[in-house]
Amino acid sequence: MILIAVISLGAIGAIGAIVLYAASKKFEVYEDPRIAQIQEVLPGANCGGCGYPGCGGFAGTCVKASSLNGLMCPVGGSEVMGKIAAILGMEAASAEPTVAVVRCNGTCENRPQTNRYDGVRSCAIATSLYGGETGCTYGCLGYGDCVKACAFDAIRINPLTGIAEVDEEKCTSCGACVKACPKNIIELRKKGPKGRRVFVSCVNKDKGVTAKKACSAACIGCSLCLKQCEFGAITIENNVSYIDYTKCRLCRKCVDVCPTHAIREVNFPPKKKKEEGAATAQTVARPAAQAKAAPAATAKATTDVAAPAAIKTTAPVETKATETGAAAAPVAPSETGAPVNDNNQK
Amino acid sequence: MLRTFRIGGVHPPENKLSAGKPITPLAIPAQVIIPLSQHIGAPAQAVVKKGDMVKVGTLIGKSGGFVSANIHSSVSGKVNKIDNVLDASGYKRPAVIIDVTGDEWEESIDRSETLEKNCTLEPKEIIDKITACGIVGLGGATFPTQVKLTPPPGNKADLVIINAVECEPYLTSDHSLMLEKPEEILVGVTLLMKAVNVSKAVIGIENNKKDAIALLTRLSAGYPGIEVMPLKVQYPQGGEKQLIDAVIRKQVKSGALPISAGALVQNVGTAYAVYEAVQKNKPLVERVVTVTGKGVSNPSNFLVRIGTPINLLIDAAGGIPEDTGKIIGGGPMMGKALITPEVPVTKGSSGVLILSKEESARKPASNCIRCAKCVSACPMGLNPALLARSSSFSNWEIAEKNYITDCIECGSCSFTCPAHRPLLDFIRLGKGKVMGIIRARKS
Repeated sequence: MILIAVISLGAIGAIGAIVLYAASKKFEVYEDPRIAQIQEVLPGANCGGCGYPGCGGFAGTCVKASSLNGLMCPVGGSEVMGKIAAILGMEAASAEPTVAVVRCNGTCENRPQTNRYDGVRSCAIATSLYGGETGCTYGCLGYGDCVKACAFDAIRINPLTGIAEVDEEKCTSCGACVKACPKNIIELRKKGPKGRRVFVSCVNKDKGVTAKKACSAACIGCSLCLKQCEFGAITIENNVSYIDYTKCRLCRKCVDVCPTHAIREVNFPPKKKKEEGAATAQTVARPAAQAKAAPAATAKATTDVAAPAAIKTTAPVETKATETGAAAAPVAPSETGAPVNDNNQK
Repeated sequence: MLRTFRIGGVHPPENKLSAGKPITPLAIPAQVIIPLSQHIGAPAQAVVKKGDMVKVGTLIGKSGGFVSANIHSSVSGKVNKIDNVLDASGYKRPAVIIDVTGDEWEESIDRSETLEKNCTLEPKEIIDKITACGIVGLGGATFPTQVKLTPPPGNKADLVIINAVECEPYLTSDHSLMLEKPEEILVGVTLLMKAVNVSKAVIGIENNKKDAIALLTRLSAGYPGIEVMPLKVQYPQGGEKQLIDAVIRKQVKSGALPISAGALVQNVGTAYAVYEAVQKNKPLVERVVTVTGKGVSNPSNFLVRIGTPINLLIDAAGGIPEDTGKIIGGGPMMGKALITPEVPVTKGSSGVLILSKEESARKPASNCIRCAKCVSACPMGLNPALLARSSSFSNWEIAEKNYITDCIECGSCSFTCPAHRPLLDFIRLGKGKVMGIIRARKS
């Protein structure tokens, strides 16, 4: 009895194996082994920043492409592209690394609040209903749609300023925040040598007077920077200046002439001649930094020093900051949620 | 048993504080701001320039397309400038700003109080007059009336339904208009019937306005074909599709125009404006606005020139109370908080509601407990919880499959939700996105 069962099951197994073998030979789909190799090299974040559906899609496109021009993994950068080029035996496409830049100066001091929005903390919903909580309808709302969109934890809302801030180290310039921002404030710009870059940190299209009234650090379209620029990198359209990063040579003359300090310079060493040098990078920190003046500090340290100073000097800012903090709680529970809960328990 | 619509609905506290108050004409302000986009559709194009002298009724904005409406000056004076000014949501939109001198009207306008019952005009001529006078739906949607009166081919109205429901709590502008201008309204209804060539009209009035029902029922005996129908008090009965269901028991198919059910719905205020336009040549330059709220010392109904800043209305009603949280343009259910009280009255402003901090505060949202109260409340038979969730996850496909575009944004779901979830906010966002996707697919 046992023998019959063994033989019959064995026979079924054998037949099945033959059929499967034949089918696998007949219907075999050839996949370029290089696709798997490229996928190994890619970061595997599936962020879609390259414009293709996930890392697999990008790998497939790379293998089929005749040259790597125009193909770029923004997360991996030229290092990963070099490896891919080596696998494919092609020339690596050279692209300068970019980084997301939030073009808004509308901190609590620069941009006084004119009304309060108490609806859902979502930039998309708020934009569909209102222009914003201040006189500026173009600036950062600070409800954190970009924070939710970022897969790399590289952008957050600064509770002191109420504006989104990009962590350059973590930012992979995948562009998810650019798409998420309903105000189109975020732009991918060239990271620049040593991370140094100059950009107009405002997108307010209102006429100068209106813009200035709404935000003291708004671009008023005065064209002083345009006259100053020797490289033709600056254009002014709709009352707002724009610096073309492919033409900009980082001379920073525009930064000095800008009457509203709307043009921001990032990661430059402090200027020795002027007292104001402390405020190297963050315009955000400027008023506080002037009072404190910590000349040797780097960009990051300046913000750190400025933070407590701002709280001490301006009381309304403090209350506003906690308000924003409480509101932003559902967005980033790990960071802002904890202190809020403590308050409630007390 | 009174009729109402058959699906969903809620009954918020009525709070008709200004009911029975007479319509008081408000003093003409020193300056008016007349936005060029006071209707759904393309904005009007300015036809005056800085320094021009205008009279009451002078055309200042010409209709900018098929779905658009003319804009007329509501005062006499000099055009100060044409500029972008803040609208109620904080965005800047083009408007004509006029400095007022005196009160001179265009000669063609008949300003007498005599009732003009007879009209010998052809339907086409009636519609042309309505177009020229810039009449739009005064219930709040501000859809250009002439577009509604010329339905797409294949659709024919069997009857005219007059929306005198005023289902929004607090508002009484339509109610007061019915009490003071009943004959004019009835003539206006007759004109609308003539314009679309039907012989029957039903005026739907909610049963909390018994005096208006009695008055109009008595007077309508003299106007053949007009019937007054009292309706059970239920929000959102003033919605076009809900009113059609309540009056003729027909449901409008998903995505179809209300006219496909054979009914042409017009607001009672629109009927009055049509009377004035056709019989008196008077463009839409003023309207009745309710100023109300529990903290307001003197809730009133004002006859206001279009373009009057809203803070003047509030001052006339006793000023802004101390504990004000929000100033709402419109009613509490569908109205929108104003960004500043300096925004002007437009054709669509039916009321100004002042809520205290406590009344206007949003309660913190908690988790959905799947109680399905929102499903029972939705007058369109949708599943608001599902739509809001799919919208918050950007899942537009599910939202579209579940008819998010049929949402009328009445807010019954958010009102009824025991967890205070902001359902409508998410649905409105999703509706906008899905409509955009559908438009992109078609083109």
